[in-house]
Amino acid sequence: MSLWKDFSSGIIKENPVLRLMIGLCPTIATTTSAINALGMSAATAFVLIGSNLLVSIVRKIVPDEIRIPIFILIIASLVTVTDYVMYAFMPALHKSLGVFIPLIVANCIILGRSEAFAYKNPVLNSVLDGVGMSIGFTLSLTTIGIIREILGSGSVFGISFINSSFMATAMVLTPGAFMTVGFVMALLNRFEKRAQ
Amino acid sequence: MELLGIFFAAVLINNILLIRSVGMCSFFGVTTKIDMAIGMSFAVLFVVTVASAICWFFFRYLLVPFDLVFLKTVVFILVIASLVQLEELYLRKMIPSLYRSMGIYLPLITTNCAVLAVPLFIIDYKYDFIQAIIYSVGVCGGYTLSMVLLAYIRERTAISPIPRWFQGYPIAFVTAALMALAFLGFSGLFGL
Repeated sequence: MSLWKDFSSGIIKENPVLRLMIGLCPTIATTTSAINALGMSAATAFVLIGSNLLVSIVRKIVPDEIRIPIFILIIASLVTVTDYVMYAFMPALHKSLGVFIPLIVANCIILGRSEAFAYKNPVLNSVLDGVGMSIGFTLSLTTIGIIREILGSGSVFGISFINSSFMATAMVLTPGAFMTVGFVMALLNRFEKRAQ
Repeated sequence: MELLGIFFAAVLINNILLIRSVGMCSFFGVTTKIDMAIGMSFAVLFVVTVASAICWFFFRYLLVPFDLVFLKTVVFILVIASLVQLEELYLRKMIPSLYRSMGIYLPLITTNCAVLAVPLFIIDYKYDFIQAIIYSVGVCGGYTLSMVLLAYIRERTAISPIPRWFQGYPIAFVTAALMALAFLGFSGLFGL
């Protein structure tokens, strides 16, 4: 039962982006299209699940005073692996995500979950927490990516259905990202108030 | 002249928060009060400038000669984390008054992506040392500018009659969207 709770809390109730307000940089910067958003979510999910697993394995032998540098080392190594794997197998995606792949290191979700969850919980719970958080992250990023791609370039997952010259270019730039996140949050607030 | 161009491009045209969209957590997390926004900006100014200088030296004289460029993420984040620790120790010992007003922001800086992004951008642009320093000061100028602007507007929207669902973070995001639209107008300034 507690396993299910650890898994499901990250999806809606403690959604990292729309509820806890962490990990906002990739949300704003890499949701220019649905494909980019999915790619970023996949990279973050790999690092998050991997770091939760490793931190949880070494949690008993790590001295309390130097735990943060050790977490950062684990995360940075995983990010370097992700960076080079994407560079080798998905060069186009790697190019469009650019500097935001190394910046996964500084993503507050990952260090936050290591510190708040994986350092205190057994391996299975930590992995499930990582999977749940990743699903929540992927859901919100992909939703925002789809909205921005439709309004900004008239396509979904690269399949164009409206000529992009009729669409609002600002939606694929930063202002569109802020606007979309603001409205999605407001909508979520609205449905939550109605449900109560 | 070229240095001036780099500086203003970093402050206005490629504003780190509103155009490059790096460092978002602090942008929305600590702009509820103006004092907090200013405190965070000064903490970032120090760490970013020193971190980019040290990272530049590490990259040019350690990572490139020994062909270890793939370690740059690991090395940079370790430099930043230890720098933040040192700054905290120094401030606590030497300037306790500043430590009391700035101390709570220091641990936040390690996970502020802006601090890691600036050394990475500097490598991307292949800047030399002077250009790197000017660029990082410019980035911090742009950071302070947008933090203070958003903090002023949020202090105002906190007491305004806005729709119930937009209260809190959603209205802050919409405000940031309008600010970013205005900053897009700077693109093309000085022919950059």
